[in-house]
Order: sequence, then structure tokens, then C-alpha cells
Amino acid sequence: MIGLAKKLRSIGHHVVDAVWRTGYAARFFFLILLYSGTSFQRFRLTIKELFSSGVMSLIIILVAGMFVGMVLGLQGYETLKRYGSESALGSLVALSLVRELGPVLAALLFASRAGSAMTAEIGLMKATEQISAMEMMAINPIARVVGPRFWAGVISMPLLSALFSAMGVFGGYVVGVVLIGVDQGSFWSQMQAAVDFQHDILNGVIKSVVFGVAVTAIALFEGYDAPPTAEGVSGATTRTVVQSSLAILILDFMLTAFMFQGD
Amino acid sequence: MDRTALDLWVGIFVVAGLAALSVLALKVGNLSSYNTSETYQLQAYFSNIGGLKSQASIKSSGVLIGRVAMISLDPERYEAKVTMNIDKRYHFSKDTFANILTSGLLGEQYIGMIPGGDTELLKAGDEIKKTQSALVMEDLIGKLLYTKADEPKQPIK
Amino acid sequence: MPPQALVEIQNVNFAYGNRPILKGVNLSLPKGKVIAVMGGSGCGKTTLLRLIGGSLRPSSGQVKVDGQVIHELDHNKLYLMRRKMGMLFQFGALFTDMSVYDNVAFQMREHTDLPEEIIRDLVLMKLHAVGLHGTHHLMPAELSGGMARRVALARAVALDPMLIMYDEPFAGLDPISLTVVGNLIRRLNDALGATSIVVTHDVQESLKIVDYIYFIADGVIVAEGAPDEIKSSSKPFVHQFVYGEMDGPVPFHYPGGNYQQDLNLKT
Repeated sequence: MIGLAKKLRSIGHHVVDAVWRTGYAARFFFLILLYSGTSFQRFRLTIKELFSSGVMSLIIILVAGMFVGMVLGLQGYETLKRYGSESALGSLVALSLVRELGPVLAALLFASRAGSAMTAEIGLMKATEQISAMEMMAINPIARVVGPRFWAGVISMPLLSALFSAMGVFGGYVVGVVLIGVDQGSFWSQMQAAVDFQHDILNGVIKSVVFGVAVTAIALFEGYDAPPTAEGVSGATTRTVVQSSLAILILDFMLTAFMFQGD
Repeated sequence: MDRTALDLWVGIFVVAGLAALSVLALKVGNLSSYNTSETYQLQAYFSNIGGLKSQASIKSSGVLIGRVAMISLDPERYEAKVTMNIDKRYHFSKDTFANILTSGLLGEQYIGMIPGGDTELLKAGDEIKKTQSALVMEDLIGKLLYTKADEPKQPIK
Repeated sequence: MPPQALVEIQNVNFAYGNRPILKGVNLSLPKGKVIAVMGGSGCGKTTLLRLIGGSLRPSSGQVKVDGQVIHELDHNKLYLMRRKMGMLFQFGALFTDMSVYDNVAFQMREHTDLPEEIIRDLVLMKLHAVGLHGTHHLMPAELSGGMARRVALARAVALDPMLIMYDEPFAGLDPISLTVVGNLIRRLNDALGATSIVVTHDVQESLKIVDYIYFIADGVIVAEGAPDEIKSSSKPFVHQFVYGEMDGPVPFHYPGGNYQQDLNLKT
């Protein structure tokens, strides 16, 4: 009986802790937005971060995009062949990528590569007192260190997502048309007829921007809040990847339901 | 990495990303083939719109010339009122037919415009008088059964 | 109390949650002097520096810097105040993603509109003052511990602050670096006309260079005085600390349990 009460108390404690932490994270996010001026006035700082998170993620995004597109081409062909609709392969590949796989997979890859790197970087800066040093020098660390990284992430995300989708379509083309032999003309024409700019592509871009905000905010918060020890930073990095991934998938469902209802 | 090399790589990255977006928009999507701004509106009434949806295509001779803007039930005529955005470049005569057709056997439905011979053209806000509603499966089957029933019986040879 | 104190700490209490760290501490830093604050690990020395810098608020009492109550200043005024302070963190806390030159130039670029040519001269002068002007192109990871500490010192005095704070400046240094850093603390203070507070437990080095010493134990000041007074003090804690004796008011054995009983020996 006492054991049960103890368990309930510890669960209650954890829930209160989580709520408190969410409030703290929300306040942190608000501060990032409030102090964003520096990220744009001194755009050079944001450019440096664009390099670290965007450019450095290019290779994995392009390669992954290519392979995902190729798999879509293969699997799509096998399935469509049964209904005699192989000519629709172009639409299948393009719609899957632009609406879903591009934004979601690019965001997941970004979270694992750039997100965890940001968490580790900020966590270490905090552990070695670099953040405190900056505060003592009367320089706002959120404006100078966190802000540029946030905006770099938000700008990178839709670009990476578009690159992923473009590479994927190319991969699907290579497999479908070049290797398997689906008609090139119907591949592209059916695709162009099926993919609508406003409905599909723009929605995909909106999704990737939302994911960019979520992933970067989570990564920066976990890094800033990490305990200043080795275990603290490593735990924070893991939490970033796990929480970002969950956030991406949950947000994807909500956005998809909102954007594509009644389709 | 010195400053200029960094700027170069970031520039390449941003340009590549925007290029990918444009490629998707133009080549993969249908942005280039249809300009949404220059349109005028026409209306048509159907007794049954079948599976016609908002944003469905409007084609004439198979060429995309517009999109369905809005579908609603007219409370006075109890018919479906379809508002269409037609590309300003194309004008149709007053006796044009607007039919609800299906692309392919099980494809999505669209409106096909078949022009007539009247010299007067439809202006913005006009109503297309001649319409043909969508084919409903149950009506088709019913029709088939009745025509079969009406056929004179063939004597058994 | 000598007149013209730059920093005054009056009846300050501070606690981390339920744990009291400082209880009714009174301290003053006269202008132009080098003051040492000593004590065992975890006695609240670093907390004192944070209170002066405005990162922490006392539960009660006042911390005044240059006549202003630091913990009542708003964000902008606090930052203005901090520009007149320089701090040397334990192990340096150099920004690892920029070169030595950029580290020292950091505050100049952020807080002033000085053109790059003047900043270059200033950076090289500060680095020369600590004897490291030849390292300006290196990254912090390429420096030894002692050199990193000195660069951090150059960075701390980049804008000629009126108050310089040192958090364990002698920790982990070799004997040569120890003397160098101690020397620099004294010389820079006098050259800049600043006031310095050194938090440390390196007795021998500090006694050579400081003007006044405060001893903290259990959150209160147990002793204070000039170096000579401290060396000849009869207080047991001070004596144990200064002469590094193994046992005294700070016991050797961590309290707990009867040793013979724990070994199951028959008494």
C-alpha cells in the first residue's frame, strides 16, 4: 500500500516536473524570438551557422533523398503494375515525396545530424563556462549564440526538404524510366498533372518550416538546459533526437489532417 | 575555413535549395501551365455534380482552361450551383455545353466545355444554360435494366 | 573600514534552496587594492563572485558596486555595470570556436565602434602585457593550460575594467605559470588603477601579492587581515589553512561511525 502511494507520488512529481519544464522551454523559445534582432542585424553570424547546419547536412540529405526516391520507384512500380497503372509512377513518386517524405525525412535527418550537434555545442559551451563568460561581458548569450543557430535552422529546413524531394524525384526517374522502362513522357506529364503547386508543394514547404522551428528550438533548449557534465550533455543530445523525432511525426499528422482533409 | 570560402558554400547551398524548389514547382508541379490570376467567373447549374470537387479542372478539347472555384446548393432552384474561374484568354459562346465528365474509367471528375455556334459570347458572371450532370452508377444500371426489359423478346430458335 | 570602497557586501545571506551558503557576510574592497578571499572547497567563495557580478541575488543584505546596489539594477543598467568589470573564469573559459586574437578582441568589437586597425593594436598590446603576443593566430585548443589562462586574463582586461574578478586563477598550474599569473595579477591591477578580488585556495602565491585577505568557513568570515597578520595569526583554522596542516579545526576523518565496530572487532 505504501509502495503504491510512493509510486503515485513519484509519478505526480514527474508530471509536475514535466509541466514546469515545458513552461521553462516556452519562455526560452519566446526569448529567442524576442532577441532575434541580432541574428539579422549581424547576418554574418547566421551565415556561419547556416554553413554548420545546412551545408554540412547536404551530403546526407542528397544521398538519402536519392535512395528514397529509388525505392519509391521500385516499390511503386511493383504495386501499380497490378492495376495496369504503371504510367502513374511519376505521380506516385512525386506526390509521396513532396507531400510527406521530403519534409518528414529531411527533418528527421536534420534533427539527428545538425540538431544533436547544436545541442552538444551549446551544452559544452555552458559546461566550460563560456556562456557565463559572455554574460559577464554584458553580451546576451541568447541573442548572440542561440538566435543565429535558430534562424539558420529555420532557413535551412525548407531548402533541405526541397533538395530531398528533388533528388527523390530524380531517383524515381532513374529507377522507373531508365532502369525499368516506364514511359518517360507519361512519367513526367502525369506527375505535372497530379502535383499542384499550391496544394502540394506549398503545403510541403509549410510543413518543413514548421519542422525546422520545432527541431531547432528543441535542440537549442536541450543544449542550454543541459547539466554541465559529460553525462548531462550526452543525455541532452539523446533527448534532442528523441523529442525532435516525436515532435516531427506528431506535427506531421496534425498538419496533414489540417491541410489535406477532404481530399 | 576562411570567410570567403564559407560565404561561397552557404551561397551555393541557398541557391541549390531555391533551385530545387523552383524545379519542383515548375517541372514537377503545374505552376507553369496555369496562371491563377487572370480569370473571370461563370456559373452553371447541375442536377447532380457526382464526385466533382472544388479546384477540379475545367477543360475544353482536353486543354485545361480553368478551375472550379465553389460548389454550393442553390436554395431556390434546388440544384447544384458551380462557380468556375475561367482563364481570361478563352471566351465561349452563349450556347456552350458544360458537362461533368470522368477522366479515365475510375478517375476524378472534371467539367468539359463544348463550344456552340452562337455569335454572342458569355461575359463575366453569366450563367451557362446548357449543362449535363454527372453519370450516377445506379441510374446507369437502372437504365440498362429497363432498356433490356423493353427489348422485344427474341423467339427461341 | 577604509574609505572609498569599490565593492561593499553588507550582511549578505545566500542559500541554494534550503542549503545556506553565506550567513551574514560583511566584506569591502577598497579601490586600487588586491583582495584575496580564501577558504576550503564549497565554502561559498565562487558564490561571492557571482553575487558581485549580479548573476545571483542575495536572500537578504546588500551588494554594492561603485555605490549602486547590483541586484536592484534593471537589465540594461546591469549590463552597463558589467562592462566595467572583467572576470577570469576557472580554467579560462575561452571561446573555443574563435582564435586567441578574436577572443581578446571580442568585447572591443561588441561594445565599441573602434575600427579594426585600432582594435588590432589594442589586442596585441593586451597580449603583450601577458607575454603572449606571438600566439594571436592560434586556437584555444592549441594552447597549454597556463597559456590559456593568460589569454583569458588578457581578455578580462580588454576594456580596462575598474574591477577584475579572479575565480581560482592558480588552479592546476605549474610552478612557473603560478608565479607568472600571480605577478600579472598584481602588475595589471596597479597599472590599470583597478581593484581586484582573487578567490583562491593557493595560500603561498596569494600571500605574496595581495593587500588584504578574508577567510570564509561555514558561510561566515572567520578571519581577515593583511598578509603579515594572517601569517602570524593564532586562530587555529587560519593556522591550519596557511601552514597546510593535516588535522585541526578541519578534521582529517569524515565524521561517521565507530571504526572498530565497522570492522567487527571486539572492543
